[in-house]
Amino acid sequence: MSIAPVRRRVRGGVGESFERPDAVPKVKGEFRYGSDLNREGMLFGATLRSPHPHARIAGIDVAAAKRLPGVKAVITAAELPTRQRFGLMKLDQPVLASGRVRYVGEPVAIVAADTAEAARVAAKAIDVRYELLPAITDPIAALQPGATPLHKPGNVIEEVRVVHGDPDARADIVIEGEYALGMQDQAALGPEAGLAYPRADGGVELHVATQWLHEDLRQIAPCLGLPESKVRLVLAGVGGAFGAREDVTLQIHACLLALATKRPVRMTYGREESFYGHVHRHPAALFYAHGATKQGRLVFVRATIVLDGGAYASSSPAVVANAACFGAGPYRVPNARIHAVGAYTNNPPTGAMRGFGAVQSCFAYEAQMDKLATKLGIDPVELRERNAVRNGDAIVTNQAVEGSAPVAEIVRRCADLPMPESDIPSDPIALPGGAGNLTVGEGVRRGVGFAAGFKNVCYSHGFDDFATARVRLLRDERGPMVRVHTAAAEVGQGVVAVCAQIARTELGVERVEIDPPDTTIGSAGSSSASRQTWMTGGAVLAACREVKAELLSRARVAGRSPDDLPGLLGEPIDRTVTHRHRDTQPRNEDTQNNGHVAFLFAAHRAVVDVDVETGLVKVVQIATAQDVGKAINPLAVIGQIEGGIAQGLGLAVMEEVQLQDGHVRNASFTDYLLPTTLDMPPVVVDLIEHPHPDAPYGAKGVGEPPTISSTPAIVAAIRDATGRELNRVPVRPDDIVFDVPYRSGWRISPGDDPRRASRT
Amino acid sequence: MSVQVARSIDAVLDHLSSVSEATLLAGGTDLMVEINFGRARPPDVVAIDRLDELKSLQRNGRVRMGALVTYTRMLDEDPGSLALREAARTVGSPQIRNAGTIGGNLGTCSPAGDTLPVLAALDATVVLRSRAGERRVRFIEFMTGPKRSVRRADELVTAAEWDEAGPAQTFMKVGTRNAMVIAVAGLALVVDRVRHRVGIGIGSCGPTILGAPDAERFATGMFDEAGWERPSWPSEAARTEFGRLVASAARPIDDVRGTAAYRRQVLSVMGARAIARVAELT
Amino acid sequence: MKLTVNGEERSADVVDHESLLTVLRERLGLPGSKNACEQGECGSCSVFLDGELVCACLVLGAATEGRTVETVEGLSHDDELSPVQRAFVEAGAVQCGFCTPGLIVAAHALLRENPEPSDYEVREALSGNICRCTGYGKILEAVQRSSAAMYRR
Repeated sequence: MSIAPVRRRVRGGVGESFERPDAVPKVKGEFRYGSDLNREGMLFGATLRSPHPHARIAGIDVAAAKRLPGVKAVITAAELPTRQRFGLMKLDQPVLASGRVRYVGEPVAIVAADTAEAARVAAKAIDVRYELLPAITDPIAALQPGATPLHKPGNVIEEVRVVHGDPDARADIVIEGEYALGMQDQAALGPEAGLAYPRADGGVELHVATQWLHEDLRQIAPCLGLPESKVRLVLAGVGGAFGAREDVTLQIHACLLALATKRPVRMTYGREESFYGHVHRHPAALFYAHGATKQGRLVFVRATIVLDGGAYASSSPAVVANAACFGAGPYRVPNARIHAVGAYTNNPPTGAMRGFGAVQSCFAYEAQMDKLATKLGIDPVELRERNAVRNGDAIVTNQAVEGSAPVAEIVRRCADLPMPESDIPSDPIALPGGAGNLTVGEGVRRGVGFAAGFKNVCYSHGFDDFATARVRLLRDERGPMVRVHTAAAEVGQGVVAVCAQIARTELGVERVEIDPPDTTIGSAGSSSASRQTWMTGGAVLAACREVKAELLSRARVAGRSPDDLPGLLGEPIDRTVTHRHRDTQPRNEDTQNNGHVAFLFAAHRAVVDVDVETGLVKVVQIATAQDVGKAINPLAVIGQIEGGIAQGLGLAVMEEVQLQDGHVRNASFTDYLLPTTLDMPPVVVDLIEHPHPDAPYGAKGVGEPPTISSTPAIVAAIRDATGRELNRVPVRPDDIVFDVPYRSGWRISPGDDPRRASRT
Repeated sequence: MSVQVARSIDAVLDHLSSVSEATLLAGGTDLMVEINFGRARPPDVVAIDRLDELKSLQRNGRVRMGALVTYTRMLDEDPGSLALREAARTVGSPQIRNAGTIGGNLGTCSPAGDTLPVLAALDATVVLRSRAGERRVRFIEFMTGPKRSVRRADELVTAAEWDEAGPAQTFMKVGTRNAMVIAVAGLALVVDRVRHRVGIGIGSCGPTILGAPDAERFATGMFDEAGWERPSWPSEAARTEFGRLVASAARPIDDVRGTAAYRRQVLSVMGARAIARVAELT
Repeated sequence: MKLTVNGEERSADVVDHESLLTVLRERLGLPGSKNACEQGECGSCSVFLDGELVCACLVLGAATEGRTVETVEGLSHDDELSPVQRAFVEAGAVQCGFCTPGLIVAAHALLRENPEPSDYEVREALSGNICRCTGYGKILEAVQRSSAAMYRR
């Protein structure tokens, strides 16, 4: 399609750091999040959850709960309209536990009552008799022959093998290592929340904070026994997501309660319940071997990766695939064998979190790259540059990187960014321990670390990935304006700004309004996989171009200038377009084909001060170069990068959902620690803009890479300061002080099937 | 759950003596968490946060800090103890420091209460009042276990008192975040150069705030030798030994915030740093 | 129960265990202050209580009879944003926005006491306000911009 260039230059177009349309209501406290919703006659929902990681439900007595004042409905598995299960990729999760609970926090019953307190008290009054079963909480143990199957097909959720070149290749230099990551929580500040109310037609409407309205709809409707046409979803304000809202949490429960009581029902999780209510990042155990020539050329990578999927699959299959596909890093690796498995356990379910599988393997392969550099006596930056994937090179899935692959460039440019101006400070507040007044410099050593990483953008492996946008160009009493309607979930990332900026640039009209996302328009896909700019942005771009074509045609017919909008917009121009990225191939047995759309690359350099005697860390500076294709809104891109780095920093030094026998020990913000202003350092950002030919304006997506290689860069810096091995994140002060590397207790030869592990 | 807003100390004392178990609410930073998480619905809450008589801070060689003096005031107004100011700065955030009080720290009596090691090191006295009158209890005898103290149900903590101990004192704490963190270990060290007294308080490393008598004796010997009035620079061996003695006084456990072994390790480090820091201060 | 909120005397039926945050959000129609952690760890519910910055979740609602509360909703007037709010918009300090109201209130508290704070003074003053989206860089910048707009010109 050939379209005349826009003649009208307006403010707030593509490439400009323009204020986002939701910023003003947000700073005034007027923006309405899921937990802010209210409706006349509203009831409050509450959930009773399993206190056991694995148990048989011998009986449930709801009589006492039902008798309590204000209680309007109590629903257990026995009262469900259908036996349908739900799940993003496998229908393995019961709406309410029936017969068996598989994790601490699994919903067993739901209640609606006049007040939140009455609902809470009633849920507590439900008497559930459990017969305890042994819990399996070690994912490698869960995979061994003879382990009790937690689901009918066994404990393997997904298995992905990448076999590339000669998987048994030999090399002069071989480096082995075992690595592990703890469970990270997305910790979006806005807790899960939604409001459901019955409709006159027997259906239900749900206003909910989610990442993907249509996928929720697909899972909800069958569990309600309703056709999708009788369930409408509207996006409520979303207080952050980061993957945690990819899965259904309270959606079905709120609808069930609304339908049962014929009243509006609001459900809002508190912080503690939020920790039990949503999936987390997969903990991982990784066994790696890297082979290289004496000149520092990678010869092979062999890896076994075990991801703890917890009690239900969620998006584990795709996370496992990502961990495997990107498991050798953004490097030229001619030979590889990677065997990744996701296991069912009785731990809380895990699923999507920013970086999605790429985070886990990057921590391991970047530590390996540093070890290799040390062994070879090569500068770690130089080693990465030397092995960087270049345009046209294949990664270990045998897919050539096209469009742009500026790996060597990001590595070099990141390394060349200015270092912090100051040496180790003397004010305790700027040192490890911060407000704790622990040191004025005693015991403090500085370290520098480096890492690079990559992952896919958009959905992979043959998934029909699309986004729909409706664009209307019209005029009202204030003049011409554009309305953009999509179902894209604004979760904080700024897709509303991207859509508005594209519409301004394409149509030359400054006044753009974004309609509330809902399911009356086609799906936009999820706000995940760094894909909304590419996909929904692409759909808005395509719809705008159709609108513009119609405008030009009207101008031609009317003999007017296309700039004469008042004259041409007697009737609004209204176009809806569904945008698809190019096809990807389904995964084959050895994962050797074009499974992905495109790749995002970033590199990070960390400078840290470590109090080596107490093991406390202060990150002093992060420098990063990131391949973004094109920054639609540079300020927002930098905001995404800084925010992603903060989450990577959290994983590096403090964030872990601590599990003991399947129980979460720290389900609160007192003990699940998130970085504060005194933990997050200044960030120096270098944006690398090589437009990707397939993406709108070349913009590749930016959300995830900052979270992938920031963690290994920080840990590398701590290793540099301390000389410790630090093969597990988050790095605990004990790890630094006592120098006891993490060991899983399993022996697995890297690349081998983890179902044949032996105890060490 | 009933809530009363107290207008006078006498009204509070009358109330406390007439019911079996009332819950006192000052800054709310402890009690409200229990209520919000649905873990507590105390039947009888008395909000004492408006009792102006408990907000005074008096100094004339002996400090009398009213129970409702907040952490922010400890920072902004000189509370007669540098270590207490340093401890107050480590408490939570400005929001928490504006609400939380010394009396609340004493009332809750958590081993992780940040001001409590300082009160131990200062050998402070807790002032309790009931209808029967006032009594004074040394802090180290006040706290009897995690969230347990000798305060009777009919008593109100009205103040903490201590003798000003001069400039040679410090507080430090270890937590796995650079702000807003509950102590994995806390240490207060006070060297009173006039009274020739060394005081130590250890937090988060036992069921109560712990003293460290062996370390106190060792440091007393150091200052006897170096001279109490002068700044001094303890040798590395002396610092290390002091740290070791501090750590050996701990009775830590493994919990979600840290291991016992780590707590002992950081106490020895904090001890060594604290003695060096304080020895210089005159 | 009566209290003054954003300059207006309001009355509310309050359940005894409810926090001031719940009273504001559920009884007084002021959901701008956010409920994110319920334990004073995140600062999303920051308000002024008799002029002091506090976490509304840690204040017992029933104990606030007669007191004065100022919330984020009271900081702008019609379409006119406060300089802090304006700076947050312009600096790109807002992403999901859930922490934003609390940060705006906390930044006001800081600048009332300390008109020209250093970087570390800002960091320490805002250390009780968790933001999960931005990594704080733009927030710190917004506070410096607010300071400039309010006091240095």
